[in-house]
Amino acid sequence: MKDELLSLSGVHTHIGAYHILHGVDLVVPRGQLTMLLGRNGAGKTTTLRTIMGLWKASQGQVSFNGRDITALNTPEIAGLNIAYVPENMGIFADLTVQENMLLAARQAKRAGQMDAARLQWIFSLFPAVEKFWNHPAGKLSGGQKQMLAVARAIVEPRELLIVDEPSKGLAPAIINNMIDAFAQLKGSGTTILLVEQNINFAKRLGDQVAVMDNGRVVHAGSMQALAEDEALQQSLLGLAV
Amino acid sequence: MKSVDLDWKPLALVPALALLVLPLIGSPSTWLTLTVAGLAMGMIIFIIASGLTLVFGLMDVLNFGHGVFIALGAFVASSVLGLMGDWTGSGELWRNLLAVFPAMLVAMLVAGAVGLAFERFIVRPVYGQHLKQILITMGGMIIGEELIKVIWGPAQIPLPLPEALRGSILLGDAAIEKYRLLAVVVGLLVFAALAWTLTRTKIGLLIRAGVQDREMVESLGYRIKRLFVGVFVLGSALAGLGGVMWGLYQQNVTPQMGAQVNVLIFIVIIIGGLGSTGGALIGALMVGLMANYTGFLAPKVAMFSNIGLMVAILLWRPQGVYPVANR
Repeated sequence: MKDELLSLSGVHTHIGAYHILHGVDLVVPRGQLTMLLGRNGAGKTTTLRTIMGLWKASQGQVSFNGRDITALNTPEIAGLNIAYVPENMGIFADLTVQENMLLAARQAKRAGQMDAARLQWIFSLFPAVEKFWNHPAGKLSGGQKQMLAVARAIVEPRELLIVDEPSKGLAPAIINNMIDAFAQLKGSGTTILLVEQNINFAKRLGDQVAVMDNGRVVHAGSMQALAEDEALQQSLLGLAV
Repeated sequence: MKSVDLDWKPLALVPALALLVLPLIGSPSTWLTLTVAGLAMGMIIFIIASGLTLVFGLMDVLNFGHGVFIALGAFVASSVLGLMGDWTGSGELWRNLLAVFPAMLVAMLVAGAVGLAFERFIVRPVYGQHLKQILITMGGMIIGEELIKVIWGPAQIPLPLPEALRGSILLGDAAIEKYRLLAVVVGLLVFAALAWTLTRTKIGLLIRAGVQDREMVESLGYRIKRLFVGVFVLGSALAGLGGVMWGLYQQNVTPQMGAQVNVLIFIVIIIGGLGSTGGALIGALMVGLMANYTGFLAPKVAMFSNIGLMVAILLWRPQGVYPVANR
């Protein structure tokens, strides 16, 4: 049995009158990159928001490091060393790039207190973050904002990084940058849970995969096995990898 | 690395308005008197409105009860200053200021403490429900006004200016009231303190970020509700300070004074852009100047001139002069 960092067991989530998740079972092994795939409306984003406590599970259990976190509120969950990048990136447009980064660095009260060596590493992954350091984040392009969103999430070491569609709307060159960055992060031992629609992105990065449909996980296993099984891809995703 | 761009157009509105009316007023000395009076009034309104705009921006809470802290601050100050008659009656400025500043401090403490209870028992149960917020906070203000009547009585109470703050300084032919200069100085100090806190401290950064995207601030691990309580208490305390300034400006206090100023405050925060402190300063100065200029030039339109100002600004910038991103 793999060392589980995060697990969801029979999770149901309602948003108002709508029943979105219908008993999600998901395991995210420690130190690996797990891809969460599925068609639009399958429940991927809702699953991430439920993990973060932004929407509360009405039934089932979310566990992190063996601890039940289902009833915790969002700041408590984030405080367990979990970073989250939402689909809309959550960039504070009126704040500078530096201020966005400082906010995520919970240990630092001033910009000078951020870990300089880690910042240099982040700048090497995302040069735009350094280039536009004192610019308002709202003035960045879509790709630069996405880089900032991921850079902000890793400004301090986190045990789990959760990212919702990092390649959405990005140019191919920027997607390659993003893939390199996640590969380096994975190499550093960070556990990552990624929601993706871009199957090639998923294929190049994923260790494990879970496929969702109609608010349930309908397939879970290794990414390699899914990539090699065209019939399974057709039946789960309606396309070939 | 370039620094942050600043949108200068709204900043130019205040001098533009002042210069625009100069030919209409004709006399430069009258214009200077009215301008200083308008700036002083604007600064007092800014002190009151600065907390409210952050409360609105941070938690989307429509607090129509903000006025009660204004009246409370003014009444507390009247009691404190009443106990310091020897100091306020002195002709020495330093003795007057040593009476006024403790009165301001006590007013802020009392208004802040009442603000803490107001948030806990009146605002917190109706988070996210605008209609209920309007009704319950207005109800809270009415209860507050009645409690003020119980403690201080229903009648208007005089709040005379300390001796050395009365009268005017002559600048050529222009008479500049001393107290108005003090109001401008206090307003600038409050703005400088707020601007420093919001731009130079992590807590300020959190407030600015929370105004834009509460959910993301929580996702970064910060408890925004605690931050909101802090901002609400600060906003109440500043309203209390503004109440002292307004009471001394009017030289009397009434239990209804908060409700009377409430309308102006909402005009100011709408002009400024909900959640924007810098915008609230611009809005407050414009409102103060407009009230004084129209009061002199066309008293009959003075009552609704600020509504006209707000409409004009919103036609130019529908979300206020400094709209907060992501809202």
